[in-house]
Amino acid sequence: MQTFLQFSLNGLGVGSIYALMSLSIVLIYKSTKVFNFATGQMMMVGAFICWSLIEWNVPMWVSLPLVLGASYLLGLVVERLVMRPLIGQPLIGAMLATLVLGELLHGLGMLSWGGWQRKFATPIFPLAKLEIGGAYLSGAFIGALIVSVIIFIVAAFLYQRTHIGLSMRATAESHMLAQSKGIRVHTIFALTWAVSAIVCSLAGIILSDVLALGITESAGVVYKAFPAILLGGLESILGALVGGLVIGLAENIAGGYISPLFAQIVPYIVLLIILVIRPEGIWGLKRIERI
Amino acid sequence: MLQLNNIEVVYSNVILVLTGVSLKVSDGAIITLLGANGAGKSTTLKSISGLLYTELGEVTDGSITFDGARIDHMKAEDIYRMGIVQVIEGRLVFEHLTAEENLRVAAQGKQPAANIKRNIEMVFEYFPRLKDLRRRTSGFLSGGEQQMMVIGSALMSMPKLILLDEPSLGLAPLLVMEIFEIIRRISKEEKVSMLLVEQNARAALDLAEYGYVMENGRIVLDGPSGSLKENEDIKEFYLGLSELGKEKSYKDVKHYKRRKRWLG
Repeated sequence: MQTFLQFSLNGLGVGSIYALMSLSIVLIYKSTKVFNFATGQMMMVGAFICWSLIEWNVPMWVSLPLVLGASYLLGLVVERLVMRPLIGQPLIGAMLATLVLGELLHGLGMLSWGGWQRKFATPIFPLAKLEIGGAYLSGAFIGALIVSVIIFIVAAFLYQRTHIGLSMRATAESHMLAQSKGIRVHTIFALTWAVSAIVCSLAGIILSDVLALGITESAGVVYKAFPAILLGGLESILGALVGGLVIGLAENIAGGYISPLFAQIVPYIVLLIILVIRPEGIWGLKRIERI
Repeated sequence: MLQLNNIEVVYSNVILVLTGVSLKVSDGAIITLLGANGAGKSTTLKSISGLLYTELGEVTDGSITFDGARIDHMKAEDIYRMGIVQVIEGRLVFEHLTAEENLRVAAQGKQPAANIKRNIEMVFEYFPRLKDLRRRTSGFLSGGEQQMMVIGSALMSMPKLILLDEPSLGLAPLLVMEIFEIIRRISKEEKVSMLLVEQNARAALDLAEYGYVMENGRIVLDGPSGSLKENEDIKEFYLGLSELGKEKSYKDVKHYKRRKRWLG
């Protein structure tokens, strides 16, 4: 029981990071119908900027806002330079553009920071580990859980309760109709990318404390978010949270009881099962079609 | 208030769809634009609302002025904020939003929350049925309810001019009468001008005070509704009446015998 509890706690901790990554992808997908394949690389860039600032002895409470500000700008720039020229073109073009963008960021990261792994000098969250029924939840995981919960509450509030969130949801349904209602579609897109980039960077920074901080390694983790998103539903914020946690749990429990190697493929087994039995995910939007 | 001056519209740089279209909408008036499919009615509306540009169309000649300002090369979002709202053909709604959210989202531009609330109440007053449906997902509303919602949402930004593109499309005749009556009330009580594009010429001419007839991207005839209704060609081709004012019989439908008097 105690081992099971330990695996579950680890699973929840890792899962909350997957959830953040999923949220970042879901936000963009909701507004623009583009699946952002560069999420992992954007995550890595955020984490490395943070690492560099800390190395230059900038205190954490200064560098974190700086990183988030930089991510916001990165989001705006990406939208303006890469995505906006592709508006009105087939979606496949925009998706391929995000793939290319990912590779570009990857290359720039390699040039700036080199390919070897780093570590933050001090943990990001100076929290003591927590004992629950003989199992331990590490400080990093506690921090990850707290940050995720806050971010998800903010995101849900933004989408459900504010006018700008309503405009975002409307834009997601039809760009043309949104424009006819006076919504500034370009502004909505830019804002979405910027917010998503912030979430991305946060995930990257937290991740570096738990797993590793490397150009390729940080970006690679994002593939775990894909099954999480499909499980929860591509358009659902709640789905991103639940999907992330479930994938984290499944991975850790299977890894603990069966084999750590098996853990690597568990998310993709889950992914295959979802695609077969419920392709739109648990809370994904069903197309409303009346015949 | 709105004036189209000899405009020419070209799609994707080659396809000429409108030539020399001029029309005028004065304050508080209901104007109708009649014509067969493909005559250029919707394109005319889109060139006013600015939605033309998302479809790779462009106003290449002439000018559109609204309250004295040139709007023919402005962005759709800015034209919306100036007070021109287009109700797109085919009652497009944000299907996954509720009815009330559909109204709320149309309140773009800087508006205090109290304003939005008041406008929603106003829409519910015109369309009482919407009030009971406010929490329903709009994709599951009936066609008539969706049309009411779409017209209602046009009121949310307190516009000066509403461009209505075929509000009667696919609705039962009784419902069309109901909706047209509400359009008349809205125009009178809120002092909103309307430019109405319709296939249902009879209903449109009853509602409007002045009408334009389009054919092949040109305006071929215009005049007060009363005189248009008396025009032989309008009667024949739009109202389906023969010269004697009777219903037409199949025997009389011989196009080579009766030609339009205008040059199409």
